[in-house]
Amino acid sequence: MDAILLQVLNGLDKGGAYALIALGLTIIFGTLGVVNFAHGALFMLGAFCAVTVKALLGITKVTLDPTQTTPWGAPMEIRQPYVEVWFGDFGTTLLDYSVPVSILVAIPIMLLIGIVMERGLIRFFYKRPHAEQILVTFGLAIVIQEIVKSNFGANPIPQPAPDMFNGMIDFGVALGFDAGNVVYPAWRLIYFLFSVGVIAAVFAFLQFTTFGMVVRAGMADRETVGLLGIDIDRRFTIVFGIAAVVAGLAGTMYTPILSPDYHMGMDFLVLSFVVVVVGGMGSLGGAVAAGFLLGVLQSFASMNEVKAILPGIDQIIIYLIAVVVLLVRPRGLMGRRGVMEQ
Amino acid sequence: MFANTISKKDLALLAVFTAAVLAGPIILKPIGAGYPDLLQKFAIYGIFALGFNILFGLTGYLSFGHAAFLGVGSYTAVWTFKLLSMNPIPAIILATIAGGLFSALIGFISLRRSGIYFSILTLAFAQMSYNLAYSVLTPITNGETGLQLTQSDPRALDVAFGRDYGAVLPVSDLFGMEMQGYPGFYFCAVMLIVCFFISMRIYRSPFGMMLRAVKSNQNRLNFTGVHTRPYALTAFIISGMYAGLAGGLLAVTDPLAGAERMQWTASGEVVLMTILGGAGTLLGPVIGAGAIKYFENIFSAFNDGILMKIFSFLPEVLQHLAVSISSLFVGEGWHLTLGALFMVIVIFLPGGLMEGVTRLSNLFRKQPPDDRAGGTPHPAPAE
Repeated sequence: MDAILLQVLNGLDKGGAYALIALGLTIIFGTLGVVNFAHGALFMLGAFCAVTVKALLGITKVTLDPTQTTPWGAPMEIRQPYVEVWFGDFGTTLLDYSVPVSILVAIPIMLLIGIVMERGLIRFFYKRPHAEQILVTFGLAIVIQEIVKSNFGANPIPQPAPDMFNGMIDFGVALGFDAGNVVYPAWRLIYFLFSVGVIAAVFAFLQFTTFGMVVRAGMADRETVGLLGIDIDRRFTIVFGIAAVVAGLAGTMYTPILSPDYHMGMDFLVLSFVVVVVGGMGSLGGAVAAGFLLGVLQSFASMNEVKAILPGIDQIIIYLIAVVVLLVRPRGLMGRRGVMEQ
Repeated sequence: MFANTISKKDLALLAVFTAAVLAGPIILKPIGAGYPDLLQKFAIYGIFALGFNILFGLTGYLSFGHAAFLGVGSYTAVWTFKLLSMNPIPAIILATIAGGLFSALIGFISLRRSGIYFSILTLAFAQMSYNLAYSVLTPITNGETGLQLTQSDPRALDVAFGRDYGAVLPVSDLFGMEMQGYPGFYFCAVMLIVCFFISMRIYRSPFGMMLRAVKSNQNRLNFTGVHTRPYALTAFIISGMYAGLAGGLLAVTDPLAGAERMQWTASGEVVLMTILGGAGTLLGPVIGAGAIKYFENIFSAFNDGILMKIFSFLPEVLQHLAVSISSLFVGEGWHLTLGALFMVIVIFLPGGLMEGVTRLSNLFRKQPPDDRAGGTPHPAPAE
């Protein structure tokens, strides 16, 4: 029982990332009708927001201290980050919490990137075939990826979680298991809660605001909404920006779990597309449910007991499920009728 | 057997193509591509793209998993070398068959869906093969190291015919002719010409017509009582066999096979080749493949030193600026050029280079543009 619980927990953080990316993909697909292969790149850009913020916060002031000398006789260099020089203890905390802090930076940046992307490229592809949308966004993804690579190098850049969340949580004790059985890294739990929060916020936004209502109406019947005198294009641009923010935040917060490198986006994109398809193209709830489901199943498949029976299953489980789901339930778990079925 | 039905125009095209391929080393010399290693790549990826085009260009099914068949072909060929003979003929025959069988399996499942679902399914299968090749199938694929020849391979047929390679690592040879350098290129070139001929016959056949019908309106076909899936599946298998052959030839010219050939970026590359040249046209994919491999070769060889020389006519400040900007796009950053090229082509020239050629020639002829130009890049979406 506790082993099962542990695997469920293990899958939740990854599932959260899948769900967030798949949610963005589905929103874009549902509103704009565009298949966005560059969405993984947005996830990656979000992660590199965290890298950049940490690098900026970590810029150090070098002062020479003549009272101390190095073993070679030169005056000792004292390196201290400027934020600490300026803000003292608060600066130290800021440095420690660089990943959560970068969320504040990532939101406007990702919104901007999303809007620029939509206005600059995607809007010309609304009427073009899906194959061309896939291809042009695939090209864009490569371009973004290579630009990041040329700026940050090809190696993963580790991002530590804040000290407070670096340890493990003995999760089992809270549920009445023996101590030490269900131990779980704190940051992963944070990530899961964070992803649930973001998902809830997106749903609330779409459900309870006028803006969200218009967007939902636009998803159902774009033309009629336009005829009612609403500039649906502008709303959809903002929706694209929001989807970019969701993907970006998923990436920013994921950095302590997986050190970001330039191709992390591609790895997640393929999986997230599978998630979208399993959940059902165009179904927001389906995307979220499938994201968590596949994350958890993947974590079960990587248990040693399972691998002993079916070697290699952890590598292919998600694809295997996608194949089975598509063959048994062609519309995905919660797919609506008439979406992508021409 | 087709000789009585082949039109004069096609015969001329085939003749010109054959001459151009065989004279490749001379024709491509002025642009610095007249050496065998690169020429082999042109021919091999030309075959790969030709095959992909039979599926994508004719039926409109966008597969994102074709690299898997290439990889399977390579592994089969290397295993043939190891177990049977260093002669390339059994290797490429078995590679083609393996590519065909594997694609029959994947196509049978994937073709149940169409549109983006099909793309995702093929992608899923390719990623699955790639992941398995890296992990569980290591006894067959030799994992990250890649499958290589060793001196102690059994090579049953070679032994039976009394061939002994001694204490060196053998290279593939066709009855004593080593498949490296120009002989290797001509072997691939002959294969390319054969493949081109077959694909031309498919284009002109009723079967090819049927595939185009699948692309333009599958529903209408279904309503008229035609079952489209067998046609699409046949096209899928044929293109899988082309990919297997290309993979086999890669192993012939350089006997090792690695899993990275199956990665989905490799699948993306063949899509780009086909689009760049012109999907649905006969010659386009070969030209696209050549262009990509040529630019890959040229651009990735550039470094700052060469760039400095190129921009040496500029004043020093501008020179450094120009070098630092353009160095993003060359050498290690060649993929950036590739991605940008991808976007530019899809945005401005969705019919590929062949459409560009047709547009230009229409411009000069001052005729109203022919609506079949560029192999109908914009089919009306089926409703």
